[in-house]
Order: sequence, then structure tokens, then C-alpha cells
Amino acid sequence: MLYLDNSATTKTHPEVIKVMADVMENYFGNPSSLHQKGLEAEKLLSKSREVVARSLGVLPQEIIFTSGGTEGDNLALKGIALAYQNRGKHIITTKIEHPAIINSCAQLEELGFEVTYLDVDELGLVNPQDVEKNIKNETILISVMHVNNEVGSIQPLAQIGEIIKNYPKIFFHVDAVQGFGKAPLELKEWNIDLATISGHKIHGPKGIGALYVKKGLNLFPLFTGGGQENNVRSGTENLPAIVGFAKACQIAREIFVDDSKKMRLYKEKCLEILKKDFPQIIINGPKDEKSSPYILNISVPKLQGEILLHALEEEEVYVSTGSACSSKKDILSPVLSAMKIDKEIMQGSIRVSFSYGVTEKDIEEFLDALARALKRLGKRG
Amino acid sequence: MYEYILIRYGEIGLKGKNQRDFIKQLVKNIKRSVKSNLGKDAQINIERGRLFLKLNGDDPEIYYPSLNRVFGVLSYSPVRKVNLDLETIKASALEEFQSLPKPQSFRVTASRSNKRFPMKSPELQKTIGSHIYNNITDLKVNLHQPDVEVFLEIRDEGAYIYSKKLSGLGGMPVGTGGKAMLLLSGGIDSPVAGWLTIKRGIVVEAIHFHSYPYTSERSKEKVLDLAKVLAQYTGQINVHIVPFTKIQEEISKNCYESLWITIMRRFMFRIAEKIAHNRKALALVTGESLGQVASQTIDSMYAINHVINTPVLRPLVTMDKEEIMTIAKKIDTYDISIRPYEDCCTVFLPKEPKTKPKVEACEKGEARLNIDELVNEAVENTEIIAVYRDRKDEYGFF
Repeated sequence: MLYLDNSATTKTHPEVIKVMADVMENYFGNPSSLHQKGLEAEKLLSKSREVVARSLGVLPQEIIFTSGGTEGDNLALKGIALAYQNRGKHIITTKIEHPAIINSCAQLEELGFEVTYLDVDELGLVNPQDVEKNIKNETILISVMHVNNEVGSIQPLAQIGEIIKNYPKIFFHVDAVQGFGKAPLELKEWNIDLATISGHKIHGPKGIGALYVKKGLNLFPLFTGGGQENNVRSGTENLPAIVGFAKACQIAREIFVDDSKKMRLYKEKCLEILKKDFPQIIINGPKDEKSSPYILNISVPKLQGEILLHALEEEEVYVSTGSACSSKKDILSPVLSAMKIDKEIMQGSIRVSFSYGVTEKDIEEFLDALARALKRLGKRG
Repeated sequence: MYEYILIRYGEIGLKGKNQRDFIKQLVKNIKRSVKSNLGKDAQINIERGRLFLKLNGDDPEIYYPSLNRVFGVLSYSPVRKVNLDLETIKASALEEFQSLPKPQSFRVTASRSNKRFPMKSPELQKTIGSHIYNNITDLKVNLHQPDVEVFLEIRDEGAYIYSKKLSGLGGMPVGTGGKAMLLLSGGIDSPVAGWLTIKRGIVVEAIHFHSYPYTSERSKEKVLDLAKVLAQYTGQINVHIVPFTKIQEEISKNCYESLWITIMRRFMFRIAEKIAHNRKALALVTGESLGQVASQTIDSMYAINHVINTPVLRPLVTMDKEEIMTIAKKIDTYDISIRPYEDCCTVFLPKEPKTKPKVEACEKGEARLNIDELVNEAVENTEIIAVYRDRKDEYGFF
């Protein structure tokens, strides 16, 4: 079995499973309880917060635990929009964001906000100049993703941050769900005010994530209640998942630099072979360091992505078409559409996504399986 | 390309014979801070009244947080090193200048210890200065009060160029001033008093009076969190947790209510002096500020201080609450201090505490208590907890 759908979700790391089981069994107290059981849980919660903060290079008090990427994006966008709407009601984002951003923006539009959706180039990259051109007096928030989940394009966040720095009233949110632990991310250096990350994309548990919120910012809470998470996100803390998530962050921090270098080489080699042995295949997104080494998006013209997906499945190789979150819908990918890719090529797109532990041999195996699948489908050469 | 960070240490430069020890301690403290923050062994050379931290290809900025936690560092600058070739020096000086946030005026200051270099310092200043001037628009030369001073040092092994100057904390290297015991309550003042004492190079150990079950485990946890903030500047702080319940109960049973606080604090001082003696510390430190509460009037201080011979340092004694809060916020203890847990001082709070307690009255009240036994018992049962820069992972998950 070759699992190459790591951008949809990853296999939980054995160490993560171990610490979670331990927490469930031994540290079941409510961190808000006054007795020893509560105190233990609270200490574990603070330690986990420190670990996550350190993996992002921020302060522990700047971390809000959430239920994952979707909640983080919702909380960032609506939380800022509703808290600062007296400053203005304009938001800038891009056409290639995750549905959690796009649909939060749509909801804010219903509430009277104006949203500008920036175009991208044919490689799926936002132009920082476009960000600046669209800034108005009423702009309060700019949200740009870190790594695109479908084609792996790495957005020029440093340059965008440099621009936003000159507009002290505008907040900068980054959906870093696909990029965290897999591409460089310098929150402080790039002037990022909020960033969403998720546990299950880095071999942590599902249903947990975090939102980085720069010290001093106010958010309008989406969940009110007992005042947990600094009153921004009430609800009894999901401690086993939080500890497991922190563990996953710690592991990612340790292996990220070496692994991403290694993966970059594998991907380059893979691209070379594709070019040589599969000349009909089209690569969607950037081919150089502007793309994540962990995501490869390819199209076979005149072949439905889903058919290729199932043909690969017969070889026990698991990939996805476009983004898993939207694959159920029978619509064209908004990301590929924004990149102005031909409809025919778009429909043939599959996403192959890697993660830690993928070896050079796995890549070779994938290429062999791809060759066999295409041969069966009569599309080879 | 930055090759070094130049570190200036100001005040300790004045210390004559002890200077060597001061510098050695400062280097040690910087290395520890870097090791703890970055997990790296810093390479530091001592040269002509300054320190040079070798970057070995690292971005200098990654070292700034470590340097900003070391007392004794007055200021620091990232330094470029290039070959002794005039064109290269010119290009590097310009590059350095362009990395600054658009200064209006500048000057170049050159020094040349390598006399084989053909150009003398004044001429060098002129050449480099005009090169920068000709390449940057809207720039003035100002020799006396420039926005930016670009330094150029010509040495045997190369040319050194720097212009950015970042402020450090100042103060004296921790470990050069002896040791003191800090009475750490969990309030806003005592951590600030501790920080200011550490700033003068003194190693601090904390003493906390714990009145379980009147105060919770969480109030103890809060004190450990405060100690952890202070440990950012010292590497480690020992916290002595003194069981104080019995003494408070005895006082409340046997003494006049209006004197509770005064007598309680007399006990604290006695215990703290004993622990100080055991730990070879030569002073106590408190967060007292004149007139802030009943126990901090000059009369109270006199009556409380009367029971011990050890000097008591009160760094906040003349500060207003606002000033103290400003420092607390700056050093990140404020948010911890305002957590709403009771401490031992608030539990047995009399309705009308005396603002002018008399020594004789206290002694009369204490006559009913077995002072030595109570003090010794508390000292013997004191728990010592070592608090480090990072929270210890007690449960072994990380």
C-alpha cells in the first residue's frame, strides 16, 4: 500500500498515539478544576501550549487551541471582522483559498462586508503588487494562504507582509494548514498577525489545531461559555488531542528542515522522470522552489482524474483529485480555474501528496504504478 | 555577509581589577543563554573591551532574543567582515547602509590598526562616506549628530563594518554580585523587585510562604511561573516553599487581630533570614514600596525589620504602583501576577490592620508563641524546587 494523499490527512504518528492514550488514561481531569487532577491537566495544557508556540517561534499566550483548520480560519476571519468592523468592512483574500476561508468570506459578505478575491497567475501564485493595489481605507484584514492545498504553490508571504507592515491598521492572516511543518514559515519576520494550523496534516490527531493570534489583538469569540483559551474559545479543552498535537508539532520541528530538503530532491527527480517517460503529462503549479516539495499536481489530458485515481487504487496507490474537501462536488476546481487552466486538463488533474517518511523507493513505485495504470487505460505515450 | 555580533558591556568596563571576572561571567552567561535558546555553543572572543560572537554563517537576528536576556550587555551590533580591498569595502559599507531604515544623515568613522593598509583613516572616512553619499538620495553628512554612524575598522585579518546598534538590558552580569533571598508572594511587586536585583548581578533564590489549604496548589504554581520568568535572566532559580499554615493559625489564635500582619511578616523575616543563612545569601529582597499598604508604612517596616540583622533590599521602596506595573508588563510577570488566586497575605487579613505598629506591642503578642520552634519547624519542612528557563516536562511527554 502506498499512501500518497498526505495533503488530505496523514497517518497518526505512533508517538502521538502513545501520548494520547496516556493522557486519556491518566490525565483526564478538567484543567479548570481546582484539585490535583485539574492542576495536572492544566500543567500539561500549558506545557503543550509552550511546545506548539516554540514550533511556530511565537509566545505561548499567542496560541489558541481550536478544533482544526476550519475553525481556525473561521475564528480568524470572523473574529477580526466582527471585532474591528468599526475601522472598516473590507477584506482582501485570494481565489485559491481553502473553502473554510472562501465560505467564511461569503458569510461576511452577507453581513455587509466587502471582499476582494485576488487573481493568481498560471502557476497559482498571488502577485504582492495586487495586494497593495487593492488596499483601501476600509481594509481591515488580508488573508492569504501559505501553501496551496491543490497545486502546492508557496505564496510570497514575506513580500506581502512587507507591504502590510506599512498599513498598521490592517491585520494579516495566513492559512498555514498545508504549509506548517512542510515549508518555511516565519510569523514574526513576515509581519503575520494570525495564522491557522491543523494537527492531522502533520501526523497529529484530527479535530485539533491552533490559531496564532499576535499579542494585543482582540477577536470576537465564536464560542462563548466558560472563558477557556483566554476567553476567545470557550469549551473544555480537548487535552488528549492537544498533547498529541503538540507532540506532532515537536516531531515536525525536529525533522522538517532535513526532510523537506530530501523531499525536494525526490520531487525534482520525479519531475525529471515524468518529463522524460510521460511526455503527455502536464504539471500544474510551479516546478521550482515556489512549490511545496510535498505536493505534486499532474494532469493527463483527455483522462478524467477520477478514473486515473481508481486505476492507481487498483495498484494500491492512494492519491486524490484536486482537494479532498471538495472532491465530492461535481464542480471544477476553483483553484485550477483561477490558474486559467484548460477545462480538459483540469478534469484530468490528480494530486499526489507526500509526507515525512516517504522514500525515494516510494516515488519509484508510484511512477511504476502510474505507468501500469496508464497502460491499462491505453494512455501510455 | 555578517560575520560577528559585536557586544558592548559598558558599566563593567569600569571595575578595575575585577574586570576580568566580570567579563568571564558575562561570556559564560551569554553562552548559557544562547545554548538554552538555540541549542548551540556560541563562540565568543574577548577583544579590546568588547566581545565578538562568531556567527559561523547564521543570521545574526537569531541571537538577539538570547542577548536580550543577559544583564551586562549594554548594546550590540551585527558586523560585516570583508577582504582588505577598497572596492569590496566600499560595496560592503554601502550594502550595510542600505539595510538600515532610511536614515537622514550619517557619518563614517574609520580606525586602522593594520598600518600596512595604504589608506589612512581620515582618507578612508572620506572615500567610504562619499561612496555612500553618491549612491543614496536625500542624504546629509552630519559629523556631530548623525542618525547613523558607520564604523569601519581595518585590521590585519580584514575590514570590519557595522552601523546598527541594538540596546541590551544593561546592568551587571548575574553571578558577579553575590546572592540574596527574594520574598516572592505572587503579587505584582515582588517579581519586579527580584528582576531589579538580578539586574545588578545578584543571584536570587526565592522564598514563598504557602498556607495550604487556605491557599491552593494553583497559587504555588503561579509563584513557580513567576520564578520561571525570572529564570529567563538567570538560567535557574531555586524556590523555597515554606509551609506557613501553622504559624498563621497560631498567630490568629493568640495575637490581636490588628497586629496579625505585622507579626506574620516578622515571622517571614525570621524564616527568610534563617534560609538565607543556610543558602549563604547575604541579603533579603522584598517588593515593599513605602505607604502602599498598612504593612509597608515606615513604622511597619521598622517593627518588622527589628527581628533580623540581615540587610533587606527594597528596590521598589520609592516607586509608585504605576511605575512598578510598567516594569511588570515589560518583563511579562504582570499577566501571571494578576491571576486570581489567594496568597498567604490575603487569607488572614485583619479588618483594621495597624499602620503604626509598635515593636513592644508585637513582642508582647508574640510572647504567647514558641517562636524558635515555629520558625525551625517551618525551615526544616521547606521544600526546594528548582525552576528553569523552560517549564520542566513533569510527565515526560515531550
